[in-house]
Amino acid sequence: MRLSIDNHFGIHDDALKLRSQRMELMASNLANADTPGYKARDIDFRAALSEAQSAQGVNLRVTHSRHMPVADGVLGAEVKYRVPTQPSLDGNTVDPQLENAAFAENAARYEATMSFLNSRITGLRSVLRGE
Amino acid sequence: MASFSIFDISGSAMSAQSVRLNTVASNMANVDVVSPTPEGAYRAKQPVFQAVLDSMGQNMGQNTGKVPVRVTEIRESKAEPMQEYAPSHPQANAEGYIYRSNVNVVEQMADMMSASRNYQTNVDVLNTVKRLMLSTLRLGQQ
Repeated sequence: MRLSIDNHFGIHDDALKLRSQRMELMASNLANADTPGYKARDIDFRAALSEAQSAQGVNLRVTHSRHMPVADGVLGAEVKYRVPTQPSLDGNTVDPQLENAAFAENAARYEATMSFLNSRITGLRSVLRGE
Repeated sequence: MASFSIFDISGSAMSAQSVRLNTVASNMANVDVVSPTPEGAYRAKQPVFQAVLDSMGQNMGQNTGKVPVRVTEIRESKAEPMQEYAPSHPQANAEGYIYRSNVNVVEQMADMMSASRNYQTNVDVLNTVKRLMLSTLRLGQQ
């Protein structure tokens, strides 16, 4: 059986990318908690992860000077607007408590994904060393 | 890595909130400024926040979700300065009136609480992201 490092990491490298994208969104939401008219955003993590899994290896080549490069071949997840629980009068839909909780949850899951990756790397190393 | 933009996002929010704290401090400092004319009275200043949309992402028809914040301008409150009849006041005009600033102290205090809480939240975000980034960099090193 051939050992492919891509497959060895499985779902976790896509998960890490999406977690970091989601972390950016939460940071933007918290940064704009007092901006009038700002609408809170988030991604549908489950849908984004299964999309990233099925669309593996999309490599867009840049063949023209006016083409836009796409990083890593994996397109970012579709960003959606949060359904506000209690929008304020100035049109802002950020709920700081909710965003804070989502940010903490996302950070914890990011760390979980990283510990999975770490154990995979350790396993791979011990195989390569052959001890 | 993409997460480095969080430093820009949270940093922009921290600078915007500190501008807001500065305006609150100016307003509170000038709350007792008295003037003989309504034009000369101190008027409360307020920053205007605006989300900075990523122009490149928007051009590509893509919503990247990276939205820093900036202060576009600092506006003055439109509330009327308080007129007070105080003929013995050294700054009273010919009719015996003085004009006090239109700063609402309670409003300013509430604004200060909101700004400092938001500043704190952004510092927390920055610290968490920094910790995660550093442990990502150490990935696989045991």
